[in-house]
Amino acid sequence: MNADDVQWLNVFIAVLGGATRVGTPFLFVSLGECLTEKSGRINLGLEGNLIMGAMAGYGISWLTGSPWLGVFAAGATGLVLGFIHALLCQQPRVNDIAVGIALMILGTGLAFFLGKPLIQPSAPKLAAVHLASWSDNPALRSALEINILFVVGALLAPAMAWFFKNTRWGLAIRTVGESDDAARAMGLDINGVRMLATMAGGFLAGVGGAFLSLYYPGGWSEGLSSGQGLMAVALVIFARWDPIRCLYASLLFGGAGALGPALQSVGVTSGYYLFNAAPYALTLVLMIATSSTKVRSRMPGTLAAR
Amino acid sequence: MPIALAPFLIPLSALLLSSVLFGAFVWMAGATPSDVYQSIYRGAFGTWYSWQNTLTRAAPLMLTALCTALPARLGLVVIGGEGAVVIGGLVAALAGIALLDAHPMVALIGMALASMIAGGVLIGLVGWLRQARNVNETISSLLFNYICIAILNFLVVGPLRDPETLNKPSTHHIGETHMLGYLGDSSIHMGFAFGLIACLILWILYKHTTFGFAVDMVGGNARAARLSGLPVRKIMLLVTFMGGAAAGLAGMIEVAAVHGRANASLNAGYGYEGILIAFAARHHPLAIVPMAILFGGIRAASDLLQRNHDLPDATSLVLQGIIFVLVLASEAIYARMAAKSGYKS
Repeated sequence: MNADDVQWLNVFIAVLGGATRVGTPFLFVSLGECLTEKSGRINLGLEGNLIMGAMAGYGISWLTGSPWLGVFAAGATGLVLGFIHALLCQQPRVNDIAVGIALMILGTGLAFFLGKPLIQPSAPKLAAVHLASWSDNPALRSALEINILFVVGALLAPAMAWFFKNTRWGLAIRTVGESDDAARAMGLDINGVRMLATMAGGFLAGVGGAFLSLYYPGGWSEGLSSGQGLMAVALVIFARWDPIRCLYASLLFGGAGALGPALQSVGVTSGYYLFNAAPYALTLVLMIATSSTKVRSRMPGTLAAR
Repeated sequence: MPIALAPFLIPLSALLLSSVLFGAFVWMAGATPSDVYQSIYRGAFGTWYSWQNTLTRAAPLMLTALCTALPARLGLVVIGGEGAVVIGGLVAALAGIALLDAHPMVALIGMALASMIAGGVLIGLVGWLRQARNVNETISSLLFNYICIAILNFLVVGPLRDPETLNKPSTHHIGETHMLGYLGDSSIHMGFAFGLIACLILWILYKHTTFGFAVDMVGGNARAARLSGLPVRKIMLLVTFMGGAAAGLAGMIEVAAVHGRANASLNAGYGYEGILIAFAARHHPLAIVPMAILFGGIRAASDLLQRNHDLPDATSLVLQGIIFVLVLASEAIYARMAAKSGYKS
């Protein structure tokens, strides 16, 4: 291979590695959003959960010395934000989109405020599993450093799909999401189910935030998140409300996000912003293709009826 | 509660409760709440200098709020203000560069028109996708935000970059003589007047014309409106176009009055804050004005909070978040009142 080929091979490897590294936060927020939307409510505020989770996870890991305790704290913070979202949205006439954006601003503000003392200290990070210690290619080795949280998320996706399909609780969430009337006829507590689904979804988004601060890019700063939480809603549409497709979509978005820096490292500096837009444009095209009245989209019924 | 006073009392009590919560928050952070409030007041409304600061910041917020408020009357939740600001600012800068040799008045009018058309077409497209292809307008406008920001970044880093802008890649300058002027001898740029006039015009349009009545009819029941012969599709397109045009104009103001060039500063969160201001104003064009001034004031007071109380700059973000959450939650009170008395708001 000549030097040019090696360079492009490295770009390819970096994109593959980036797919798991950049994609893990996408994976957690999209699974969380998927769970919430299946119950018939949109939480646009997961960006707030993500940033609060990143801050809380980093802070707790620094204070206790245990990054896994940090991950748990991040999830708990997301759970609380999810609770507030659900509590407000079950009031009459309160708009879930607007509440989501308000909680995004509040969560971001609180995280920046409380996180000020966390910019300097260095907290213990989550460890990675090295899958390529046999190789002497440094690019390949760094690409195959897999974090356990990614594995957890990747296992969670099929587990959630199974949960929706085969369990009583999964059926309850789907029913509440499909039709208020059907849910009432089954004697389900609509607000209660949505509350639990939003809280659990918020928990997952918080864990996604912990990945940002405790693994990649690592550390706490105000520029840590680049809007991954806000994109959860688009990811779920892209994945057509299927948890397993959420996994593929997150890897795709992650790979697309890693393409820019990878190209930059071989000297391509402009143009990659357009690649960054590609997943969003693709989501839009997919939406246009499936939203028309002829093709049935898999959107939960109560969301489609808006 | 007397029904006529409800639109004033309910948001006021939400604001009051927010200030109590925020006071408790800064108290826990080690500051004295009463001093903090005094600083906010001084930084936002205490002096002529701070008023100028506040009104300057309120200008783009009024226009981005209209981007959500206008389509909301049709029952649409559009959150594409950020994208419309970005694309409006970008196109305004292009028009400004193309009109470098023209008369300043011609250049400014050209920039304003270009930005309004760009923003209008963008949000109009969102409206068109909704009625022609049944694409959810909230999600499509969110996606357009990202696409517009990527286009802006691509163009200012690549083909349109002024090589002299090193740290912050930007387009070429529109020319100092072509910048938007100030109101009288104040430091408030004309953009504030643009925002004020836009809110006023749209209020008159919605409140006192048959067009406004038609919009409310479509918003109330689109099928009934169609059956009674209203051109529902045209109305939807026109209203989304107007909303986008308002936010596009906000982009032009940021370029022509503040930065002089298009760059990543256009993507400063005015669009997202505008959404919440629209909801807090209950999509009423005139109520948007005081709401935008209030939040412009909180933005303006941020510096003073940092300097006087050693509070982080995110303090104003926390205050905004608390107010938005509580004002949005207060919407439930109207619903309860409506259920009790048949009061329609």
